[in-house]
Amino acid sequence: MAITNTLSAGATTPGPATRPTVAARRTLQRALQRVEHTFDFAFGAHANPWRHLGAVSFFLFWIAAATGIYVYAAFDTSVAGAYASVERITHDAWPLSGLARSLHRYASDAFVVVVLLHLAREWINGHIAGFRWFSWLSGVPLLWLLYASGIGGYWLVWDRLAQFSLIATTEWLDWLPFFGEPLARNFITGGSVSDRLFSLLIFLHIGIPLTLLLGMWVHIQRISRPRTHPPRAIALGLLAALIVLGLATPALSDAPADLVAVPVVLDLDWIYLAIHPLLYSSSAATLWALAGGATLLLALLPWLPPLARPPVARVDLANCNGCGRCFDDCPYAAVTMRPRTDGKPLPRQAVVDPDLCAACGICAGACPSSTPFRGVVDLVTGIDMPQQPVHAMRQALERAIVALRGETKIVAFGCDCAANVDALRAPDTAALSLICTGMLPPSFVEYALRRGADGVLITGCRDGDCAYRLGNRWTEERMQAEREPHLRATVPAERVRITWRGPFDGKALRTEIDLFRAALRGLPAWTRNGLRSPKRKEAAHG
Amino acid sequence: MSKVLRYAAQAALYAAFVAFIGYFSTSPHYTHLPPGEGLLKLSFSHAGARKEACHERSPEELAKLAPNMRAQTVCARERAPVTVEVALDGAPLFRVIAPPSGLAKDGTSTVYRRVPVPAGQHRISARLADGPDGAFNYTSETTIDLAAGRVVVIDFNPAKGGFVFRS
Repeated sequence: MAITNTLSAGATTPGPATRPTVAARRTLQRALQRVEHTFDFAFGAHANPWRHLGAVSFFLFWIAAATGIYVYAAFDTSVAGAYASVERITHDAWPLSGLARSLHRYASDAFVVVVLLHLAREWINGHIAGFRWFSWLSGVPLLWLLYASGIGGYWLVWDRLAQFSLIATTEWLDWLPFFGEPLARNFITGGSVSDRLFSLLIFLHIGIPLTLLLGMWVHIQRISRPRTHPPRAIALGLLAALIVLGLATPALSDAPADLVAVPVVLDLDWIYLAIHPLLYSSSAATLWALAGGATLLLALLPWLPPLARPPVARVDLANCNGCGRCFDDCPYAAVTMRPRTDGKPLPRQAVVDPDLCAACGICAGACPSSTPFRGVVDLVTGIDMPQQPVHAMRQALERAIVALRGETKIVAFGCDCAANVDALRAPDTAALSLICTGMLPPSFVEYALRRGADGVLITGCRDGDCAYRLGNRWTEERMQAEREPHLRATVPAERVRITWRGPFDGKALRTEIDLFRAALRGLPAWTRNGLRSPKRKEAAHG
Repeated sequence: MSKVLRYAAQAALYAAFVAFIGYFSTSPHYTHLPPGEGLLKLSFSHAGARKEACHERSPEELAKLAPNMRAQTVCARERAPVTVEVALDGAPLFRVIAPPSGLAKDGTSTVYRRVPVPAGQHRISARLADGPDGAFNYTSETTIDLAAGRVVVIDFNPAKGGFVFRS
């Protein structure tokens, strides 16, 4: 039996499907999930780079920053010395300086590619609207800062590519009505460039990346426990790959800049500098229209069209004791603890910020009053989801267990975002799909066993791929008694199985439950120690 | 999948990623200027003449002003736009009307244009009007030998007699 809720089911990202573009995006989402699923075979679910694109971006930034500091120590900020100093760095002015330059270049290039993949993945997964608008919107200006950081780095080399890029950029900027004299006029003759230009360029090439870092910090402010470090396996693998690339094809300079000549054929870095050919194949106005239009579109995407949001978590003060577990577990910092307002002799109460709430239900799973053992008919918990309240979960579980027939009775808890748990339903198997597996209070597992189930299977998104970021992690920690609320030690571990299965893992999930069923059959007779569910009080909760 | 196969697959995927980075970091070549062409750049910054001539205040006009405001000569701020025309081998190449900068239109007029032209010997004629009547009061003509991939700059400096051709 599945608990129905208003959220999308199966392999889709949660969120109401009211957008006209939703069908196209779901197609893309399925394709992306298929790609990620394929990568899981090589990297494993936890260390799959697709699931850590944001953290990998941070990692690449730090590689570029570290190598940039290293090569800067030997850089000469003068017209006459800039090119020569870069040549010395390239050919190892001191140990590994040439490799450091290559790493600086390639990490910066990889940074752009990974950031664009990160952007595309978040859009495809619908992680842009509602409570996520801030993260999305704050990421848009970072694209400009990222490109400005990288393009400015090319100018410092002061080779023909630098000359081309600097002139192209100034010709583009000159379209804006801000400058008294055309910036490009500074580069019309050989003697028009002075040492002060390089002081300015260095200032920009340090200042803009620092601003970018500040922007990246702001970008993750609304995320609880943001991942800014990728798993070690990814970090090492990526670093090794970049080192191999740097050794195999070192970053080299072009011929020195010569302002009386035009760089005719260039080995262009298309990842950063593709805007220059676009400028010369169209016009400055067209390029501004494209860049400005794309920026505006990206900035407005969270509100195009406005989303009908699912109901957010609701606090019931009569059942909230202010323990703070929902505050601890909320992946989006939507719950805060504030002074009590109902006169109860308790210091704090939970308060939900509707603008930040993802409606994942992880808070309901964390609430100690979400236990189904409470002897009240109307089970109202301290914090709950209106579209899938704990009371309805208990009712559905009870009905499902009563209906179970067969030698080995199993209850499977799953989530709407992962493998379709409903497909497991059978006479001896009940299936309950939750908004997120993280909204499963551990006491429900014990409750299911005491009410007649022989085993409980818990499934959800693949490791590291939780649609609500922390659902898997909290569930595992709760079941292993490493986090509150925890599964009591009296529950036999062999009767509880956790398996993380994505949308394409239906077959694997069926195999898993078959194995679990076989394992349960091999266990000694299951006794519930004479424990019974408590009698219900007809009175109201509280 | 065995551990060895997984590591091999990881290596292949990392290799594909850095190969993509490595390739597009320098390739494909970009041809900025077609072979056999050079670049002609017109660039200058020049203030046009005032739109209205300055005039001397009469004693009566001065007497009406506060003592600290009694400047003898008064000039309107707005300047005339600068018009420049360049012809290559007798054929018009471009005509630019550069308005004065500034909210009061009292700043310099600036021009920056770049035009690829075939390499070789060319006759360039340029003329400029910076007065309110729009008459071309600066003209210049020269022959240049533009090599492929080189730049010829047409600057304007009244102190040096008008147009300056630099290559």
